[in-house]
Amino acid sequence: MDFRDTPEEAAFREEVRTWLAEHLTGEFAALGGRGGPADESGWEVRVAWERLLGADRWIGLSWPTEYGGRGASFAEQVIFNEEYARANAPARISFFGEGLFAPTLLAYGTEEQKRRFLPRIQAVEELWCQGYSEPNAGSDLANVQTRATLDGDEWVVNGQKVWTTLAHRADWCFAVVRTDPDSQGHRGLSYLLIPMHQPGVEVRPLRQMTGTAEFNEVFFSDARTATDNVVGEVGDGWKVAMATLGFERGTAFLSQQLAFQRELAELIACARANGAARHPVIRQELADSYIGVQIMKYNGLRMLTDLVRRGVLGPASSIGKLYWSTWHRRLGERAMHVLGPTALTVAGVPGGPYELDEWHRIFMFSRSETIYAGSSEIQRNIIGERVLGLPREPR
Amino acid sequence: MNFAFSEEQEQLREAVRRFLEAKSPETEVRRLMETTEGYDPAVWQQMAGELGLQSLAIPEAYGGQGFGFVELGIVLEEMGRALLCAPYFSSVVLAACAILNAGDEAHRKELLPGIASGEVIATLAFTEPNGRWDAEGITMTATPSGDGVTLDGTKMFVLDGHVADLVVTVARRPGTTGTDGIGFYAVRADAAGLTRTPLTTMDQTRKQAKLEYAGVAAEPIGDGAWPALSKTLDQAAIALCNEMVGGAQFVLEEAVQYAKDRVQFGRPIGSFQAIKHKCADMLLEVESAKSAAYYGSWVAAEDNEELPVVAPLAKAYCSEAYFHAAAENIQIHGGIGFTWEHNAHLYFKRAKSSEILLGDATYHRELLAQRIGI
Repeated sequence: MDFRDTPEEAAFREEVRTWLAEHLTGEFAALGGRGGPADESGWEVRVAWERLLGADRWIGLSWPTEYGGRGASFAEQVIFNEEYARANAPARISFFGEGLFAPTLLAYGTEEQKRRFLPRIQAVEELWCQGYSEPNAGSDLANVQTRATLDGDEWVVNGQKVWTTLAHRADWCFAVVRTDPDSQGHRGLSYLLIPMHQPGVEVRPLRQMTGTAEFNEVFFSDARTATDNVVGEVGDGWKVAMATLGFERGTAFLSQQLAFQRELAELIACARANGAARHPVIRQELADSYIGVQIMKYNGLRMLTDLVRRGVLGPASSIGKLYWSTWHRRLGERAMHVLGPTALTVAGVPGGPYELDEWHRIFMFSRSETIYAGSSEIQRNIIGERVLGLPREPR
Repeated sequence: MNFAFSEEQEQLREAVRRFLEAKSPETEVRRLMETTEGYDPAVWQQMAGELGLQSLAIPEAYGGQGFGFVELGIVLEEMGRALLCAPYFSSVVLAACAILNAGDEAHRKELLPGIASGEVIATLAFTEPNGRWDAEGITMTATPSGDGVTLDGTKMFVLDGHVADLVVTVARRPGTTGTDGIGFYAVRADAAGLTRTPLTTMDQTRKQAKLEYAGVAAEPIGDGAWPALSKTLDQAAIALCNEMVGGAQFVLEEAVQYAKDRVQFGRPIGSFQAIKHKCADMLLEVESAKSAAYYGSWVAAEDNEELPVVAPLAKAYCSEAYFHAAAENIQIHGGIGFTWEHNAHLYFKRAKSSEILLGDATYHRELLAQRIGI
């Protein structure tokens, strides 16, 4: 048990720090950590920043070097994320491509697919969105109704996806679709890659309670994609889709803790400034949030050790999503306690658009976090059944 | 970066678990909890002689083996799992840490080897009838007299105070307040003027006593003052957290097993989300408590600057996680979980006593708030 960097890790940390110090300047530095959930401000600058990251292979850090990555270890990925958060660098826009699709592709894709898609993710030439949920397939994801049928050397896709984050920015969608029309449930699904810029794809924004619209509905009406744009076997898409969810629930949360730590530090500063920190109940709440975010870090470190030693995520990872989403939701609620009457007003001007400050954004957006990527109730089912081995519900 | 126990540490865990399964089964726990002494001297000697548990974390210079808090934490975790009835926490954690932190070289050499060999049972007496865990709670006076002091006052909730041979007693110079004037004094059990009364404890597996001092002659064990006590309490909090996660893991396993076995409405109750989700929440909290306790062990072993923050953090979290798990274990067991014959109440009571000892979660959150500048 040792939480210090090894000499190699320390050298890597220094490399990251130096790179960030040299590149995170001017308009990039001015962005700060902005561009989190429900915040699309500075999009063009963030794209430019992201391309800078890609050019020096900080995107694709963990990919094998043969695909342009750095082959970074889990520990190095954590170090990069720590330093990135510490530098208050802009929120990443390549999460769906780099964070979810790329690891799935590396695990299940063909050589040709890897060579086709990975370089463009790294170069920020193609952004991705995730086509999973449908109006009748939320927690019951296996109830997907969007269909794809073969027509010559193309799949023809019809159906509707919903809650598709950043679909309006995306060039491609990785989607779970039903390729066997007679199938039900997990069987007969395929993991299909669909170009977004075509007549058969319509993206309609869904305005959220935050007033902004990162979510979308995506309608496929005879949308087309090439036959070989299937990851894994045709009809075996459930397995591939679950692998993606594993990345979403697993490794992604490792880096989140640092952003949360920063938010809490700002809330504590706010409470000290407005006097709320003198109230014993607020003190309890803030201390509890501090405990929560530190334990999030310790859980992450234990999970990382499991990954390094066994190559698989241990029980600590299955609790990650449930843990952080609950913690963050509570932070938003506590921010309202700290603000007191100030919480009654938001940022916009009278008669203008509904605009939120940072605390209201966290307060509201965090309601989605216990829902997306598997609701807290689904997470508890997963923990109960897969970790604790409790019997499944009769279905 | 490595957050895992080494192979040697896992072997230690295995050895301690096997030993406690043999020496501290539920029948023994129940037998000992009905006694006034609350421990089995023969098992205590075997712990020292066969496994060297008392000497494990005491430095070699003082008759110990020189391992650290990570190993100590493993032992305590197993003891918490087995609900071992023994004065280990009081002697090896509270008293030994106090002597190491506050004592001068001569007193360390004099007092620690006996604790390490198990021949001496020691404890730390600092809490008083006011029930406070902080400096202000200490009102017992240490009045200078000859080479030493005379102690006057009452100590309460002294863990194993009725069986301890050596009571490291915390008192203050007359006329001082707050963190000023605090000192540590060695008091033998047979000292004139010391009256020891066993308390009837809610948690019968961990005994406590009231100690009344009427002009007890004692000598200071060094010039250790409030910082030494504060550090001792931080170390003890982390040690107690490790003990708590052992019990918490056990009740989680009990609850999950019962949820798999118990059939109602024609199916195992664990297939119902109402029960399944309780178990999932328990796992989340127990795993998180382990992360905090283990990280705390490492910080205590390294004796680094994080100790004053991680100690209240871990104590607040582990206290609530253990109690919640122990309470849900009863709920999941239903009626049988409420009976005397079932072990659920033993853990429920241990969880509550551990939560309160050294200060409850509310106390530690406030302590943390002060220490991180909220």
